[in-house]
Amino acid sequence: MRKNKLFPAFFMMLLIFSTAAWPDDAEDNYKNYCWQCHGMSGDGMGLNVQDMSVQPRDHTSAKAMGGRSDADLFKVIKEGGLAIDKSVLMPPWGDSLSDDEIHDLVKYLRKLCQCG
Amino acid sequence: MKYLLLFLGFTFASATLADDGMAILQKRCANCHDLSGPAAQSVQALWQRKGPDLFYAGSKYNREWLEKWLVKPRRIRPAGYHYIQHIKPGKKRDMIDAATLTPHPVLSSDKAEDVAEALMKLKAPAEMMGAAAFKGGSISVSFGEMVFDKFNGCMACHEIEPGYGGLSGPEVYTAAKRYQADYLVSFISSPQAWNPKTPMPNKHVAEPNIQKIVQYLQALAKENWDEKK
Repeated sequence: MRKNKLFPAFFMMLLIFSTAAWPDDAEDNYKNYCWQCHGMSGDGMGLNVQDMSVQPRDHTSAKAMGGRSDADLFKVIKEGGLAIDKSVLMPPWGDSLSDDEIHDLVKYLRKLCQCG
Repeated sequence: MKYLLLFLGFTFASATLADDGMAILQKRCANCHDLSGPAAQSVQALWQRKGPDLFYAGSKYNREWLEKWLVKPRRIRPAGYHYIQHIKPGKKRDMIDAATLTPHPVLSSDKAEDVAEALMKLKAPAEMMGAAAFKGGSISVSFGEMVFDKFNGCMACHEIEPGYGGLSGPEVYTAAKRYQADYLVSFISSPQAWNPKTPMPNKHVAEPNIQKIVQYLQALAKENWDEKK
């Protein structure tokens, strides 16, 4: 009897795990979402910069990144540039990334700039 | 009776076309395009997919455009389906690595018709489309460009005319030719509902402005871009 009761729950779990998006590691997320503007090396010279009115931040620069707190970086990734009075060209990634993934990305940025 | 026979004949012909088209899809397209869903649930899984998912093609594409494009395919995404796989470091910025891009196969007009028929039968699940709908109306290209670029920054990733705009996303100056207006409204309002790992962000554009963006895309699509290139 107990086995029969667990069976539907097991299938429900399978269904949930088969349809929910999985968390990705920071390096993969950086490639997928950030490279397009911030560049393959993170220097702000990405594929899209040619016709941009505001240049993306150089993530490898300790000078450009050192003044930003982890909380600011989290906020700008989640809510976009306007949330910290910066450019609309930096979009909000809150619907693409979980809070945990964004925290991981902040740590990844700190490695790129070797600051903070 | 005559009309009933005509109707049955048309229905049968349509079903046969779709059957033929599905056979072609399974044989020639399924290697690069997902035909059954769901969308990729991880970034790595997304990168394995060589072309856009087609399991909701009938809710996404305009049939007339599909038929023409399959006969004469032309690149829509300057840097390929996954831009990360087709770029290389350049002197001033990352550049498209053209050597890594491959052309889309060409179909005969008969096969293109069969495939389009089959694709139009692949409808999106209701939860993907949501309640989004295009409400009609029009806008000037200049005002539309303000909404698209200045207010929302979409040009960062999309070309709004050949050679002008971002390169990681698909060109948008032909988007309204390619896509159904309701799909565009739905996708802009929640790209992740369609493709959880898409590099397109949800910018939480206000609904009236989403309508204006689709009006803008329709205005752009009226230009004869082939002639201007």
